[in-house]
Amino acid sequence: MSGVALDPKTSPIFPIAARTALGDAQMRKNVRHATDVIQSKRARVVGEMPDWQQLREAGKQIRQHTMEHLDFYLEQFEANCTRAGGIVHWARDAEEARQLVTSLVKASGSQEVIKIKSMTTEEIHLNDALEKAGIHAYETDLAELIIELGEDQPSHIVVPALHKNRQQIREVFQKKMNLPHLGETPQDLADAARTFLREKFLRIKTGVSGANFLIAETGGVCIVESEGNGRMCLTLPETLITIAGIDKVIPRFQDLEVLLQLLPRSATGERMNPYNSIWTGVTAGDGPRTFHVVLMDNARSGILADKESRQTLNCIRCGACQNVCPVYRQTGGQAYGSVYAGPIGAILTPQLQQMHYAQSLPFASSLCGACYEVCPVKINIPEVLIHLRNKAVEQKGLSGEALAMKMMAMIFQSERRFRAAQRLGRMAEAPLVRKDGRGVGWIGWLPGMLGGWTQVRDLQEMPKQTFRDWWEKRGKDGD
Amino acid sequence: MRVLERLGHEVDFPAGQTCCGQMHWNTGYQAEALPLVQRFVDQFHHAEVVVVPSSSCVAMMRDHYPKMAIEIGDAKLIADVEELVPRVYEFSEFLTRRLGLEDVGAYYPHRVTYHASCHGLRNLELGDGPLRLLKAVRGIDLVPLQGLEQCCGFGGTFAIKNAEVSSAMLSDKTTAVLNTGAEACTACDNSCLMHIQGALHRQRTGVKTVHLAEILASDEGDTR
Amino acid sequence: MGTEMIANASTAAKAEILRRIRKANGITADIDSARAAWSQITREYRRAASQEHEAVLCLLEDRLRDYDAHVVRAQQVEISAAIAKVLAERGKHRIVIPAGIPVGWLPEGVEFVTDEGMTATELDGFDGILTASTVAIAETGTVVLQNVAGQGRRAVTLVPDYHLCIVQASDVVATVPEAMDRLNTTATLPTTFFSGPSATADIEMTRIKGVHGPRYLDVILVC
Repeated sequence: MSGVALDPKTSPIFPIAARTALGDAQMRKNVRHATDVIQSKRARVVGEMPDWQQLREAGKQIRQHTMEHLDFYLEQFEANCTRAGGIVHWARDAEEARQLVTSLVKASGSQEVIKIKSMTTEEIHLNDALEKAGIHAYETDLAELIIELGEDQPSHIVVPALHKNRQQIREVFQKKMNLPHLGETPQDLADAARTFLREKFLRIKTGVSGANFLIAETGGVCIVESEGNGRMCLTLPETLITIAGIDKVIPRFQDLEVLLQLLPRSATGERMNPYNSIWTGVTAGDGPRTFHVVLMDNARSGILADKESRQTLNCIRCGACQNVCPVYRQTGGQAYGSVYAGPIGAILTPQLQQMHYAQSLPFASSLCGACYEVCPVKINIPEVLIHLRNKAVEQKGLSGEALAMKMMAMIFQSERRFRAAQRLGRMAEAPLVRKDGRGVGWIGWLPGMLGGWTQVRDLQEMPKQTFRDWWEKRGKDGD
Repeated sequence: MRVLERLGHEVDFPAGQTCCGQMHWNTGYQAEALPLVQRFVDQFHHAEVVVVPSSSCVAMMRDHYPKMAIEIGDAKLIADVEELVPRVYEFSEFLTRRLGLEDVGAYYPHRVTYHASCHGLRNLELGDGPLRLLKAVRGIDLVPLQGLEQCCGFGGTFAIKNAEVSSAMLSDKTTAVLNTGAEACTACDNSCLMHIQGALHRQRTGVKTVHLAEILASDEGDTR
Repeated sequence: MGTEMIANASTAAKAEILRRIRKANGITADIDSARAAWSQITREYRRAASQEHEAVLCLLEDRLRDYDAHVVRAQQVEISAAIAKVLAERGKHRIVIPAGIPVGWLPEGVEFVTDEGMTATELDGFDGILTASTVAIAETGTVVLQNVAGQGRRAVTLVPDYHLCIVQASDVVATVPEAMDRLNTTATLPTTFFSGPSATADIEMTRIKGVHGPRYLDVILVC
């Protein structure tokens, strides 16, 4: 099984994890390259669409509408899926979901399962739970296979192995597939994966998947993918177990006309991804004979209750915010200590932990707004980040930072105090200021919390005469 | 100030002004930021137009003041904010959108590159307004900045709390600036400029940062 | 956990989850409120493109080729000859077909075997699969298959390494919304959208052809 799981409960805070990540030059180069490629592809295919903004608006409204009527749509999905021969289960939290899936796999009589890439199963660390119950899960998505065989962790929600380059992937495959002479072109590597997994597809009788969309109106499920491994897992086994967050439901089949335009172009920069599968319950002679759906809450209803941050649930997991994020592009995904990295991870992860863990994540952003600009369903991520920062500050209570902030707030509320603070600031900084050749003063070292600034930056001293002083003098002098 | 007066406007600087509250708001200290809305209204309600030389402060007012006023729950304040905020302009925005100007009669014989601050670019949607103002400056050698829309890594307290990531972002930005061969980097936001300047100075590059307003205020009489 | 215990636990979980959602939303949604609100969603995106049908066909060809599919055109009466030619060029001799492929399409000299519930391993032994299609989307280079006569169950177009697909010009639409309109009445059939052959971009974001689905895709566009 893979190495240490990305668990927000045990992960270091972001600034510490980021320090380690910043030291990994190869990883940063790989992430930079991959996100550059994906961004330029996205820009090209989004640019083709004259109605992109109208699609985004519709996507936002569809998701918002769904959340406002979530109870109805979930029950409608359950009724329609059941009528079509599916079996629907509900799980309040990750532990219930793990137990359910484990029991269902055991009931299917299989000791092995084939899996489609699913962030939901990553979120609840399903593979570890299955392994403990004596069930081996084979990841069949190429990137997930790279992660699984390399005993690594995912770093991106769409392209989980984006932090690895072809040479690194080759090394993993050479070792784990016993192919000492394997070439290093992407084609060689993909062919190796095809051969390695084909036997498993043809043999293993139980499949586990996530879902992109649950269609309430029909009881159908939609999965988008590239490689065909998804189709293998959805079609060939006798039993299929699909696990999805309750946020994955959409009202009607017609709504796919919006989401199936937004998702592929945003996620992989394709006009349409190679395969979309839509199925409804069980169909005689086509696909699995037993089909389970597990609807999992796992803190989502709590997010729904927060009116400022409930838009987080509108996410359709395209990863565009990760590709464009200047912070993610520096650190890669694993520094976020969660399977959900980047801007969406910075708002989703703390909320999935009821804000008890991952409190450093809402601060892991310069609020540059690039994520909001590319989000296909217009989630205002900076707004949610600020809201969660406020929650984190409230939870933390009184600290040195809080005191400093309160003091500054007092200063900003009074002209007299503000003037005094400016004078005081000049006095306080005086011992730190060093003059350069032109007589301009610079600060090269700051104490305590502020020291981060002066690691690579200088700070120019405060002006002798503030604008305010200049303005007032100018008035007196009749300038 | 000089640009505005050169264009014939009467300019006032209300002495009681302090801070828009962005730092508090964005760092999670929202309660501390709230009183600053009333203060802003008190200081500026008499003005026909409020011109702010910092795009992020304008974004703070435009994007957050209305809902902050609602949170405070004072009907008068809500109405005052609603009435005042549309009259608040970022400096370059005031020139290009309100006055419809591009050439403000400036002379600045230097090689300059322009960094688009995040708030100016995305929240205020300044687009190429600042660049058009710069292009009209006589004597200027304006060179394009690779990745001009990329964040410089300042982000307020982000630069302190996540200093190392911020530094990595800053390093990309200063590399891009140095690659242009410019003598100066300009922007519509002093906080980005302070950040970029911090690294350019530490690295002893000799490249300086200047606010767009300083360039537009320069004329033949200036020696800088 | 036995089956009955699973069911009991799930019932309690369902009640709890729905209670939490209703509390969060402050209402219990019902079919009428959902319907009314759904119809208010702003949909100002394009439903249909404005080009002539011939331009739409050209766009489909272009987009399919962009994703590494091989496309040829044929008249209705030439289908059999076109199939023979394409298969000969590919060197494919043993082809599986779903029930319902018109006999007139099938040329001499190629072995066609109808799928009657073959195992995946049996399907794996064929050179390829020949099917018809339900609808094709020009803008995205997508062909849609459903479980109906001539298209078959999902596995037959998945396991063999080569897919030859017949697309009728009358089934080609320009946009995704047009396609979803056409699919709406048969929405519950097992449905597969494919856009080019199987591919992945998982290695350095380079799109490469062929992982698990058919690695080679030919399309005959019948006008």
